[in-house]
Amino acid sequence: MSEILLKIDGKEVKAKEGMTVLEAARSAGISIPTLCHHEKLEPYGGCRLCIVEIESRGSRRLAVSCVYPAEKNIAVTTRSEKVDRIRKMILQLLLAHAPDAFDLQDLAKEYGADRNRFEKEPSFCVHCGLCVRYCAEVKKKNAVGFVDRGIRKEISFIPEIASKECWNCKECFPLCPTEALQAAYVLVEALAFPSSATGACATGE
Amino acid sequence: MARIKTPVELEELRKSILSTRDPNKPCITLCSGSACNASGSLEVAASIEEEIAKQGLGAEVDVRRTGCHGYCERGPIIVIHPEKICYFQIKPEDIPEIISQTIKEKKVIERLLYTDPATGEKIVYEHDIPFYKYQKRLVFGSNGSVDPKSIDDYLAIGGYSALAKVLSGMTPDAVLQEVKKANLRGRGGGGFPAGTKWEGSRNAPGEIKYVIVNADEGDPGAYMDRSLLEGNPHAVLEGLTIGAYAVGSHEGYIYVRQEYPLAVENVFTAIRQGEEYGLLGKDILGSGFDFKVIVHQGAGAFVCGESTALMTALEGRAGEPRPKYIRSNIVGLWGRPSVLNNVETWANVPLVINKGADWFTQYGTESSKGTKIFSLVGKITNTGLVEVPMGTPLKDIIYQIGGGIPGGKKFKAVQTGGPSGGCIPEELLDLPVGFDELTKAGSMMGSGGMIVMDEDTCMVDVARYFLDFLTDESCGKCVPCREGMRQMLKVLTRITKGKGKEGDIELLEELSETAQEAALCALGKSSPNPFLSTLKYFREEYEAHINQKRCPALSCKELIAFHIDPEKCQACTTCARKCPSDAIIGGKNLIHIVDQAKCTKCGTCFEVCPPRFRAVRKISGEPVPARIAEEARTITRKSKEK
Repeated sequence: MSEILLKIDGKEVKAKEGMTVLEAARSAGISIPTLCHHEKLEPYGGCRLCIVEIESRGSRRLAVSCVYPAEKNIAVTTRSEKVDRIRKMILQLLLAHAPDAFDLQDLAKEYGADRNRFEKEPSFCVHCGLCVRYCAEVKKKNAVGFVDRGIRKEISFIPEIASKECWNCKECFPLCPTEALQAAYVLVEALAFPSSATGACATGE
Repeated sequence: MARIKTPVELEELRKSILSTRDPNKPCITLCSGSACNASGSLEVAASIEEEIAKQGLGAEVDVRRTGCHGYCERGPIIVIHPEKICYFQIKPEDIPEIISQTIKEKKVIERLLYTDPATGEKIVYEHDIPFYKYQKRLVFGSNGSVDPKSIDDYLAIGGYSALAKVLSGMTPDAVLQEVKKANLRGRGGGGFPAGTKWEGSRNAPGEIKYVIVNADEGDPGAYMDRSLLEGNPHAVLEGLTIGAYAVGSHEGYIYVRQEYPLAVENVFTAIRQGEEYGLLGKDILGSGFDFKVIVHQGAGAFVCGESTALMTALEGRAGEPRPKYIRSNIVGLWGRPSVLNNVETWANVPLVINKGADWFTQYGTESSKGTKIFSLVGKITNTGLVEVPMGTPLKDIIYQIGGGIPGGKKFKAVQTGGPSGGCIPEELLDLPVGFDELTKAGSMMGSGGMIVMDEDTCMVDVARYFLDFLTDESCGKCVPCREGMRQMLKVLTRITKGKGKEGDIELLEELSETAQEAALCALGKSSPNPFLSTLKYFREEYEAHINQKRCPALSCKELIAFHIDPEKCQACTTCARKCPSDAIIGGKNLIHIVDQAKCTKCGTCFEVCPPRFRAVRKISGEPVPARIAEEARTITRKSKEK
């Protein structure tokens, strides 16, 4: 594979063909914040926290690094006044939903995000989609999915699948940056799994 | 029907169709688009059929149910050929008279004619009516002369001759160059040059390529693509096939929303007919070129009008835009080069090919060529679909064609470009319509929605309305759009309710920046436009709402009150009788009073108060005057004193 030379924050970085800017940066030890990124999963481009400035052929633009391909001769700036301002706003928007999530709190400190900027609406889920995509792409079970769209969009376990597949898996639990996933699971378990209250399994194990 | 095997055979068929049609034979065309069907066109059609049978005229008169004529305000419309006598707002009971008077006796029925509101004059012919007179209906005009369910009708007006021309003598590259030279720009929103898009796909690696029709029109109040697809589906198919030939594609898709049942029905019929005639399918017109078309019915998500979301939906997944920084004409549907253009763009292609780029570019501005169909709705006298050359001033569309604002109201703004577009104020009414001109004014062409607003429209509420629409229609994938709009809607709602705070405008601006810079797709990036454009031109309305708790348009319910002027009230009791919530303290010969605690601000009293009194007034930003003392309420009538 051919090597690509690009600049990130003034530093020469070597990337492999097919790498994203985010991957190139991380391989060089340059950190870019993300919420919806996971090495095992297809880039999603949902949280937009990994936004950076990219200078290419004389023009400068904002792009999210998790999907922007590492191209030769581009110059990436991972922090700037504008980038920081946008990250701060994204964090504030998410803190309205998950004010106590540790990942968000750490980032909030870094970017000066005010957790009280917006009225609290604790739904906990930040729609990073990690659980949904992990279950679909890695486990290939689709036991948890998104339902509805726009501001009504939410994650939901599909009881018919979850009652069979989730007992011994739960690999998505540690992926969740908030506690929303566990809550959704407990809810669907209580409402829809037969005899879960006694701990017996529906499949007869 | 035997397949047509060569362009020569197509011309022979066309001649034989025309030879059976006597241009002097009376023909009744009835507009049967969705809008007119809703206003009774189906019943009118049944009545025509019945009456013709009753009067035994079956052999002497043709009846053609066509697509939308555009003048929906006055539908259903009947045009009687060959004279082109135009009758409006036809009811089934008008039919016997039309048949016996106009068809048999060649007499014009005065009462069904169009009356020019300016002169009071009756106008007989379509082309003399201002609504039509000032249009240039290059694309939409054929709607009135073909039955969309008849391929022969389309052939009779020269249909598929552009395809024959392309397949019999033009190389794919020549087609491409012609479209590029015509500078045909996408009519669906972005205005990207179609030729350049096609060229990208053509040059992209891969054997399999797709061409796609975007018929997922979703802007509130917009229905030009719907009417084209319903009224002239073959024009769209012909354009698509020409595009496929130019790009090197053998498979096309029509992504049409399920809520357009007539469009779906007519496009299925058209495809079946095209296949029967050999104008679609294998070896089209003996050229060796194969092309098939598949219809995909969308479930009606606005975001699926976005190109990558549409393709994701075509692949059978939830319609969410793709995050990739790569153009879909290179990597599109199933990862293959895919050209996506909207209905109107495809319908322009046969014209460009038949008449040439030089002819096409005579219409329009420097950067926007040809015509554009607009859906003219809102506070406008002539609601309907209008097609004008690019570069036509907004003013001409609204006043000459649209007939201005009804009810003697004042024009305030015109919203163009759909929910992600913007509002253009009165001082910019001379603006010529064009892709770049509208963008420069802070709005956009979009797919051609044009909503006219009068002085009673609150611009803050307009922004709130569109944001409400967009939060509902966002796919919800990225934070700046989903969460940003959620907060923007909250702030705008609170401003219209009189709870706006200092700093709200700045907060909205901050959220706008985040969406514009960081959202994933065009829908998200343009989502703040309704706010930004109204702020740009109507900032004082925002400030009045926030600082003075006043709605200058007297529209936001929470900020207005109805008050009866004691000096003017004549105790006619009309308002008290009509008030649905018993909020008017009335009484014989007693000055009426609005009980503010009971008032729901429905505005009924304001509307019913006789114009000679005009005693009810709307107030905003000032306290409601104190109630008149009980003893002062009695009215002593001057006339009785005498």
